[in-house]
Amino acid sequence: MEAAGAGPGDGLKKGTAADRVPPEAIRAVPVRHWGRLVGALVVLALLVLLVRAFAGADTIQWDVVGEYLTHDTVVEGALRTLWITVVSMALGVVLGVLLAVMRLSDNQVLSGVAWGYIWFFRGTPVLVQLFLWYNLALIFPILDLGFYRDEMNDVMTPFLAALLGLGLNEAAYMAEIARAGVLSVDHGQTEAAHALGMSRTRTTRRIVLPQAMRVIIPPTGNEFINMLKTSSLVSVIQYEELFRAGNIISSRNLAVMEMLLVVTVWYLALTTVFSVGQYYLERYYARGSQRALPRTPWQRVRTNLGTFRTRSVVRKEETR
Amino acid sequence: MSAPSAAGQPPPMVKAERVHKSFGAVEVLRGIDLEVRAGEVCCVVGPSGSGKSTFLRCVNHLEKISAGRLWVDGSLVGYRQRGDRLYEMREREVAAQRRDIGMVFQRFNLFPHMTAAENVMEAPVQVKGLGRAAARERAALLLERVGLADRMGAYPAQLSGGQQQRVAIARALAMEPKLMLFDEPTSALDPELVGEVLDVMRGLAEEGMTMLVVTHEMGFAREVGDSLVFMDDGLVVETGPPRDVLAAPRHERTRAFLSAVL
Ligand SMILES: Nc1ncnc2c1ncn2[C@@H]1O[C@H](COP(=O)(O)OP(=O)(O)OP(=O)(O)O)[C@@H](O)[C@H]1O
Ligand SMILES: [Mg+2]
Repeated sequence: MEAAGAGPGDGLKKGTAADRVPPEAIRAVPVRHWGRLVGALVVLALLVLLVRAFAGADTIQWDVVGEYLTHDTVVEGALRTLWITVVSMALGVVLGVLLAVMRLSDNQVLSGVAWGYIWFFRGTPVLVQLFLWYNLALIFPILDLGFYRDEMNDVMTPFLAALLGLGLNEAAYMAEIARAGVLSVDHGQTEAAHALGMSRTRTTRRIVLPQAMRVIIPPTGNEFINMLKTSSLVSVIQYEELFRAGNIISSRNLAVMEMLLVVTVWYLALTTVFSVGQYYLERYYARGSQRALPRTPWQRVRTNLGTFRTRSVVRKEETR
Repeated sequence: MSAPSAAGQPPPMVKAERVHKSFGAVEVLRGIDLEVRAGEVCCVVGPSGSGKSTFLRCVNHLEKISAGRLWVDGSLVGYRQRGDRLYEMREREVAAQRRDIGMVFQRFNLFPHMTAAENVMEAPVQVKGLGRAAARERAALLLERVGLADRMGAYPAQLSGGQQQRVAIARALAMEPKLMLFDEPTSALDPELVGEVLDVMRGLAEEGMTMLVVTHEMGFAREVGDSLVFMDDGLVVETGPPRDVLAAPRHERTRAFLSAVL
């Protein structure tokens, strides 16, 4: 029996103690990608040249850049940029979700109105919309809401015009994003919730929206970062945000390029912070959609360090 | 108005009288008559497109019937009758009716953003207002009953098809329904996973749950079913004890279908 019938299966079944010891772990030298290495070196060299060109340009007064980076006017401008971005986005998200629900409604009037809104606000430049709001007093000199009456010029401050211009425009884009998110959720989810006796509102809130978020968040983060930058347009209607703050200072000290660099650094810092926030938000809403959550950058660094270590271990053992 | 029944007897759990359902011009159900008594397991078989799923969905009002009458546990599904006028139920009343009817879908339809335990807890907490701790305890018991005590914290994507379907059954049971609807619960499963789901369903039947099961598992229908309904082209062609229908079908169409699937 032992000699005649011993196939691969038999060995497994009545394995001896020696069979049960796992085989030696593989220690192979990883493949080296020479092409990638050369490419990386070239790109690095170009980067060094670029940085040196800017750093060495004696026409740029770097000390001015450093000095104004934390200048009160600049910091206030940055805070205003942040503020107008956050409130415009908030208006855009709330109104956008409302418009999305309207567009998905069976009620023809509601979906028609939502369609018209999106058609208008997505079809015209924000810059034009900003000027329209800012100059509203030209056609309605008096604002009369029945319970409230005032001069339009007093009501329509640069801030309000900026908020309406940016926020209402954003709502049109957010509506489409939210609608796509809701439509991406499988209809079977709604049915399962209804079959359990859940109401429509509860189904939307507990089942549909959390799943739609996975589709909604990435483009919304994108919109947010876009808004941070687009908000520089409101400088033309006298709202003193970051870009305008830079301009005001450079018209005084004539350091045009320096102030533009200051502003650039601030915009980059703001967008970076929000990109990181977005990453973690996406990770949160990805739960359940994959077998394992995507790793955080920090976790990735740690594993990479880990493989680096094993590599050097292999090399050391080879030389031994 | 309650379902017509012999005096003194409890009303049947499900009673359908000449139920019609059309989608636009297409008539999918063309007069279904069917009765499921409390504690009974009724299996529905029939060729694809014969309207089995549609009928099941009518029973918990996921679809509105276009004509006929349909009762669950003595009350009309989705309508209220006053005099000889029918009034559509409000959303809240429909939801209340559905609470007593569990449904298990072919494609599981678990909530992917919730763990197995959260899936089971969701309706008791949201609909019945049960406290989270109590709901979790109950979810643990139910998941143990379907053999998944150790997978409470797993997300649906981390479970096999058979495990997902068992969670779905536990989720439906969490509302303590008096009637369970199964729409081909094993059709999306690999053959080796079918058994574990059928075992859970068999256990339910033994405990006396009233079940309406659309299935292609003739073995299950024969062993567990109290009655077998053969549907074709929107009509009930033949109905009777499973053994009789399977062994000696009386109608030509039943015979043709059974010889094709057995
Ligand atoms: N929402 C709908 N709109 C239009 N037609 C529909 C709809 N739902 C189902 N139908 C049609 O109704 C018929 C019956 O469908 P149903 O799903 O009830 O069949 P079934 O017996 O469950 O088939 P299967 O065994 O393939 O699941 C099919 O012809 C289908 O195309
Ligand atoms: Mg079907």
